[in-house]
Amino acid sequence: MSPIQGQVLQGILVDESTLLSVEDLCRICAIERSHVAAFVEEGVLEVATVDAEEWRFRGDALRRARIAVRLQRDLELNLVGVALALDLMDEIERLRRDLKVRR
Amino acid sequence: MVEFKDYYQVMGVPRDATEAQIKQAYRKLARKYHPDVSKEKDAEARFKEVGEAYEVLRTPEKRAAYDRLGPNHRPGEDFRPPPDWNSDFEFSGAGRGDADYSDFFESLFGAQARAQGGRHRGFRPDRGEDHHAKVMLDLEASLTGGSRSFTLKMPEIDAEGRLTSKERILNVQVPKGILAGQQIRLAGQGAKPDSGKAGDLYIEVEFQPHALYHVDGRDLSLELPVAPWEAALGATVKTPTPSGVVELKIPPASHAGSKLRLKGRGIPANPPGDFYVILQIALPAANDDKAKAAYAAMAAALPFDPRASLGLGG
Repeated sequence: MSPIQGQVLQGILVDESTLLSVEDLCRICAIERSHVAAFVEEGVLEVATVDAEEWRFRGDALRRARIAVRLQRDLELNLVGVALALDLMDEIERLRRDLKVRR
Repeated sequence: MVEFKDYYQVMGVPRDATEAQIKQAYRKLARKYHPDVSKEKDAEARFKEVGEAYEVLRTPEKRAAYDRLGPNHRPGEDFRPPPDWNSDFEFSGAGRGDADYSDFFESLFGAQARAQGGRHRGFRPDRGEDHHAKVMLDLEASLTGGSRSFTLKMPEIDAEGRLTSKERILNVQVPKGILAGQQIRLAGQGAKPDSGKAGDLYIEVEFQPHALYHVDGRDLSLELPVAPWEAALGATVKTPTPSGVVELKIPPASHAGSKLRLKGRGIPANPPGDFYVILQIALPAANDDKAKAAYAAMAAALPFDPRASLGLGG
């Protein structure tokens, strides 16, 4: 598991062009399929495309899903609260960037 | 020997607090220090501490066992649990799964928490769990690509079943054009089960603040100081960009805050971001007679009221 000294690991970039299946999200976030379905239903996650009747998510959904799982678990929030918190966090992030540019 | 922790103090509740008070205190502190939400400096450490205190105080058996240690310990003092401190208690329920606890917690509850198996969610047992880490990256790594080495702390269960943390150094080829919040997947670098395939490691990147550029998604911006006459009359000035120094044309009648866009010169993602130059007017100091005379001449020549829009009247 530990790399040989000096060996450089080649990673794969997970970005917006990466498509993740429900199974990918379940595995990476250690959640059940029903959990992903609930995220979609409440608007926490957005389905990018449907391929052979299976949902596909954009790579950036991964970060959102992981934050959602943590908020739900640690703050004992319900899904509506999680969705609201995520939207507000995006908004704060946007405002912070604006502020940095304007100072 | 481990350091004693006063869980009541951590939660800010009295020793006789009710379950409802403890829950209330936890929710308030958790919201304040949750690493995803909080901008407090030591949020992550505080959040762990609060989570651990809650874990003990919310569970009646754990709280009772903890209370039995007595109220006379001071936080931080050397502590060794008495040999029979938790006899007669029956522990149930899984802990917080992958949480990583203090040595103090481990010395009291570590073995039980582990034995009750909070750690395995039983998802696809033929494959190791995926791991996650967050790293701070210099912007240059994304601009040019290249390898960087990261030191990651990995929680690990030792032979005695105690949770310890092990450091490992990974040299990773950073994909050119990676953006903050994106992840690098390293296949097979996650948990390795006794049999079956190793999980993957996902590294989320965040940029360290850059000396010159602000990052906004895939776009970069630079505040470029210009002289008043360069802004007013137009000029061609040298400016740094991620791909090297360029000659930039400042159009006449520019003002402070004017934004010039260099298309495609931001982060080389797909599609590449843009590079914005935001003009800042730098004023020459009026610290000698020549400079003072120049300012006075300007004042005499220009009918200029910078406060015209404030409704102060003539």
